[in-house]
Amino acid sequence: SVEKEAPGGGADGDDSLYPIAVLIDELRNEDVQLRLNSIKKLSTIALALGVERTRTELLPFLTDTIYDEDEVLLALAEQLGNFTMLVGGPEYVHCLLPPLESLATVEETVVRDKAVESLRKISQEHSPVDLEVHFEPLVKRLASGDWFTSRTSACGLFSVCYPRVSSTVKAEIRQHFRTLCSDDTPMVRRAAASKLGEFAKVLELDYVKSDIISLFTALASDEQDSVRLLAVEACVSIATLLPQEDLETLVMPTLRQAAEDKSWRVRYMVADKFSELQKAVGPEITKNDLVPAFQNLLKDCEAEVRAAAANKVKEFCENLPEDSRETIIMTHILPCVKELVSDTNQHVKSALASVIMGLSTILGKDNTVEHLLPLFLAQLKDECPEVRLNIISNLDCVNEVIGIRQLSQSLLPAIVELAEDAKWRVRLAIIEYMPLLAGQLGVEFFDEKLNTLCMAWLIDHVYAIREAATCNLMKLVEKFGAEWAQNTIVPKVLGMANDPNYLHRMTTLFCINSLSEACGQEITTKQMLPVVLKMSNDQVANVRFNVAKSLQKIGPVLDSSALQTEVKPVLEKLATDTDMDVKYFAQENSCLLDLGYPEETTQDHIANSFHNIFIDVQEQLVMYRELTEPVCI
Amino acid sequence: MSAISATEKVDGFTRKSMRKAQKQKKSQGSSQFRTQALTELSPLPQLKDAPSTEQQELFSQKLQQCCMLFDFMDSVTDLKSKEIKRATLNELVDYVSTNRGVLVETAYPEISNMICTNIFRTLPPSDNPDFDPEEDEPTLEASWPHIQLVYEFLLRFLENPDFQPSIAKRYIDQKFVLQLLELFDSEDPRERDFLKTVLHRIYGKFLGLRAFIRKQINNIFLRFIYETDHFNGVAELLEILGSIINGFALPLKAEHKQFLMKVLVPMHTAKGLALFHAQLAYCVVQFLEKDPILTEPVIRGLLKFWPKTCSQKEVMYLGEIEEILDVIEPTQFKKIQEPLFKQISRCVANPHFQVAERALYFWNNEYILSLIEENIDKVLPIMFGSLYRISKEHWNPTIVALVYNVLKTLMEMNSTLFDELTASYKSDRQRCVPCPSLILTCIQNLTGVQLWQNWI
Repeated sequence: SVEKEAPGGGADGDDSLYPIAVLIDELRNEDVQLRLNSIKKLSTIALALGVERTRTELLPFLTDTIYDEDEVLLALAEQLGNFTMLVGGPEYVHCLLPPLESLATVEETVVRDKAVESLRKISQEHSPVDLEVHFEPLVKRLASGDWFTSRTSACGLFSVCYPRVSSTVKAEIRQHFRTLCSDDTPMVRRAAASKLGEFAKVLELDYVKSDIISLFTALASDEQDSVRLLAVEACVSIATLLPQEDLETLVMPTLRQAAEDKSWRVRYMVADKFSELQKAVGPEITKNDLVPAFQNLLKDCEAEVRAAAANKVKEFCENLPEDSRETIIMTHILPCVKELVSDTNQHVKSALASVIMGLSTILGKDNTVEHLLPLFLAQLKDECPEVRLNIISNLDCVNEVIGIRQLSQSLLPAIVELAEDAKWRVRLAIIEYMPLLAGQLGVEFFDEKLNTLCMAWLIDHVYAIREAATCNLMKLVEKFGAEWAQNTIVPKVLGMANDPNYLHRMTTLFCINSLSEACGQEITTKQMLPVVLKMSNDQVANVRFNVAKSLQKIGPVLDSSALQTEVKPVLEKLATDTDMDVKYFAQENSCLLDLGYPEETTQDHIANSFHNIFIDVQEQLVMYRELTEPVCI
Repeated sequence: MSAISATEKVDGFTRKSMRKAQKQKKSQGSSQFRTQALTELSPLPQLKDAPSTEQQELFSQKLQQCCMLFDFMDSVTDLKSKEIKRATLNELVDYVSTNRGVLVETAYPEISNMICTNIFRTLPPSDNPDFDPEEDEPTLEASWPHIQLVYEFLLRFLENPDFQPSIAKRYIDQKFVLQLLELFDSEDPRERDFLKTVLHRIYGKFLGLRAFIRKQINNIFLRFIYETDHFNGVAELLEILGSIINGFALPLKAEHKQFLMKVLVPMHTAKGLALFHAQLAYCVVQFLEKDPILTEPVIRGLLKFWPKTCSQKEVMYLGEIEEILDVIEPTQFKKIQEPLFKQISRCVANPHFQVAERALYFWNNEYILSLIEENIDKVLPIMFGSLYRISKEHWNPTIVALVYNVLKTLMEMNSTLFDELTASYKSDRQRCVPCPSLILTCIQNLTGVQLWQNWI
C-alpha cells in the first residue's frame, strides 16, 4: 500500500520515485501546512504512481484520511474534480466517487460545496451507464442520509444527472427532490429551494407543471423567510420555462403573495429580482400586475426594500412595453419617484440618484424639462453627499437629452460644496468626475468656474487627493490640448516649485511626471525641465530623489541633446549626494535612461543594503549569545 | 453635514467616538407590514369596577383593543391611543397575576391572538450591518413601551396557577415556538431576556414541545455556525440549554450526543465566541459531568478547532479546558493527556503573555496537579522543552517567574526524570549550532522577509 512504501523510496528501489515518497509521507505529517502542500501536489503523486496504483492505493488512502483539517479537505475536494485522466479516463472516473461522497457530507460548508462542484464536474465524464450504475446511487445515498449535510449536498446533484438517465431513474430522482423540498430541517429546504430553478430547467415541461409548480408554491409559503426568499429566485427560471398562458394560474398567485410577504427579506428579494421577473413574465402581466407591485415596493415601509426597488426604476421603465411606456411612467411610477426624492433614508435617495438620470432618455426632452429636472435639482441640493455625487456622475444621460446648460446653475454650487467636503473620500469622488464634467460643460465654463477648484486640490492636505488632482490635470490636458495647458495650468503648477511647503514642491514634480507626455516635447523641454533641474538643489532629500525619479519619467519626452547636456550632469551630481536614497535613485535612473553610468548596479545596491542589515543581525546574534549562555537551574 | 466641527476638518476623518455618540440613541421600529388603517382607541371602563358577570366580556374587549399596533418611530402621532393601550396592558398584566379564575377556556384564543399580533414580527434590517456586539450599542426596539408589557402579560399568563397547558397547547404550538425562537435574533437585550424566561416556562410546561424546541434550537445554531455567523440570541439559547442538559436522563440519547459533537463543539469556531463562551462552556461541562465517556471526543474536537491566530479565543479555550479538567475522570485523562499537553505546551510558549499565563495557571489547580503527578512520566517529557526554553526566553517577567514555579513543582514530582530531561536537553543544544530563533522570528516579523533563513 501507499503507506508502507513511504518514505524510503519506491518499493522497487526506483530513485526517481523518492520525491513522490516524500510527498506521500507528508500526506500523513503532523504539520497541517505540509499535508496541505502535499495535497496540492496530488496530481504529481498520481502521475508518478500511474493510473492503476492511483486507483487501487492512492484513492482508498485518501478516502480514509477524510477526518482532517477543513483546509486540507477543501484542497482535496478541489483536486479530485480534475482527476479523471489520472485514474485512467472516463472509463474509471467512478473511482473518484467514494472520496468525494465522504467530502460531500462534512459539516464545513466550503468543503461540502467544493465537493459538490467537483462531483458535478465529473458527472459529465460518466457514460450514461456509469451514471446510472455509480453516480445516481451516490446521489440517492446522499439524499437519504441521516445528517443534514449529505441531504444538502444531494440537492446540487440532481440536475446534472437527470437529463442523461432512463425514465424510471428520472422518476426516482424527481421523488427524491420532492422529499428534500419538504425536509424537516430548514438548511435542506434552503438548499433545495436554491436549486429549484436549476432543476426545473432540465425537467420535461409536463413535470415542470405538475411537480415543480407544487414544490415552488410550497417553498414560497414555507414558515421560514430564508426559504421563501429563495423561492423568489426560482420564480424567474420557472416563469421563463412556462408558456405565457400558464403563467397567470401557475406562477402569478405565488409571486403576488411574495411581493406582499410579511417579511421584508422576501419583499427585498422580489425588488432585487424585479427586472428579471419582468422579463420572465412578459409585457401583459407586467402591465396588470407588476406595475402596482412595483409601486408598492417603492412605497414599502422598510427602507431596505425601497432602496432595492429604487435601484430598479430605470431598468423597469426601460423594459415596459413601448405602447404604454410613457403613460405608465407618468401616471404610476413618477409619483412614487417624486416621493422617494425626499425619502427619510439616505440609502434610498442615493439608490434613486444613481438611476434617475436614465429616465430622461426614456421620457424625452419635454417631459425631462418639466418633470425630471426639478427632481434632479432637488437631489443636487440633497444633504447627503452620496446623492449629489450619484447625480453628477450620471450627467451624461441628461446632457444627451436636454443639454447641460439647464443644470449648470445648480450644478456649480453642488460641485463646489462637494469639492470642499470634509470627508476626503467625497472630494476624491468628485475629482474623478471632473474630466467627464469638463467634457460636458466645455472649456469656457470650466476655465471660469472649475479651474480654481482643480488647482486647489493640488494643495489638499490628504495625499490621495493631491495624487488624484495630478491625474485629473493630465486627463484635462488630454481633453483640452497642450495649448490650453500652457496657458492655464502649467504656470500655476510650476509656480508651486517655490512653495515653502516641501509637499507642495513635490506636487509640482508629480504633476510634471503625469503632464509631460500630454504636453509634448516643446513645453516639457522649455518650461518644465528647467524647473525640475533647479529643484535638484532643494534642501529636502525627498524632493531631490523625486527630481531623479521625475527625470526618468520625462526622459522619454526629451530629445537626446537635452538628456546629455542638461539631465546627465544633474544626475551625476545627485549620484554623489550625501543622502543614500537620492544617490540610489540617481544611479538607478541613469541606467534606465541609458546614460552610460553603471558604476554600481541596482543589484549591487540591494546586495549592499542586505549586507548592512546582515552585519546588524550578526552583531545582535553575538549579543544574544552572550545574554543567553545556559544557566543552571 | 453641518454638524461637522472645525477639528474634524483637519484630518478629514470623523472620529469613531463621535460617530458612536450619534448612534447611541437610535432605536428601531418593528418591521410590521401595516395594511390596516389606524382607528383611535377609546378608553374602556376599569376591570375592577365592572360587575363580575361582565368582567369576562370586558377582558376580551380589552384584549382586542390591545391588538392595535402603533408606529413608535413617529413619536407625535396617536399619543392618546398609545397611552390608552399602555394603561390597558398594565391593567391586563395586573388582572392575570392577581385574580384567580380569570383564565376560562374562551379566553385562551383571544389571549394568544393578542400576544401573537404584538410580539411576532419580522425583525427589521439591522441598522448597522457591521454591528459588533462587543463594541457597539444595540439598537433598541422602539415599541418597547408596549411590547414589554405584552411579554410581561405572557409571563404572568404562563405562571398563573389556573393556567392549563392542555388547553393552551392548541395555541402555543410548534408554529408559536418557531416564531418565538426567531425573535431571539432581536438586537434588543431587554427583549431577549424576556424571551429567555418565556421559552424556559414553555419548555417546562409543554412536554410535547420539548423535542421540537431542542431541534429548532439545533437548526438555529447550525445556521449560525455554517451559514450566517450571525444570531443575537445565542447566549440566551445556550443558557436555556444549560438547564435542559442538566435535566437529561441517563444514558444520554444519541440525539443529545450528536448535538454535543456536531453543534456545541463546532460552535467554538464562531467569530463572536466571546459573547457566549461562558454559557457554551457550561453546557459542555454539563454534558461531561453526565457522561464522562464523552470527554475524549470533546477535547479532541476542541484541539481540532484550537484558534491559530486569535489570542483572546485561545484564553477562552484554555479556560474551558480547565473547567473540563476540573471534572475529568483519571481514566479519561490518560486517554487525552498526550495531544492535550502538546497543545498546552504550545500555549505556555506563546509570546502573548495572557495565553501563556492562562496555561500556566493550570498548575495552581490542585486537582490538575494531582492528575499531572499521577502521569508525570508522560506529561513532563512533553512540557519540558517549552518550559525550559521559555524560562530563559520569554519577554514577560511574570511569565518567567510563573515558569520557574512550574518547573520547580514538576521537578519535585519526579526529580530523576527531570534531571535526565535537563541533561538531554543541554546536550541537544550543544550538538546543534545555537539557533537564536527568537531574534530571527522577530526580524522576520518586522521585515516580512523570509530571505533571512538563507542568509544565515
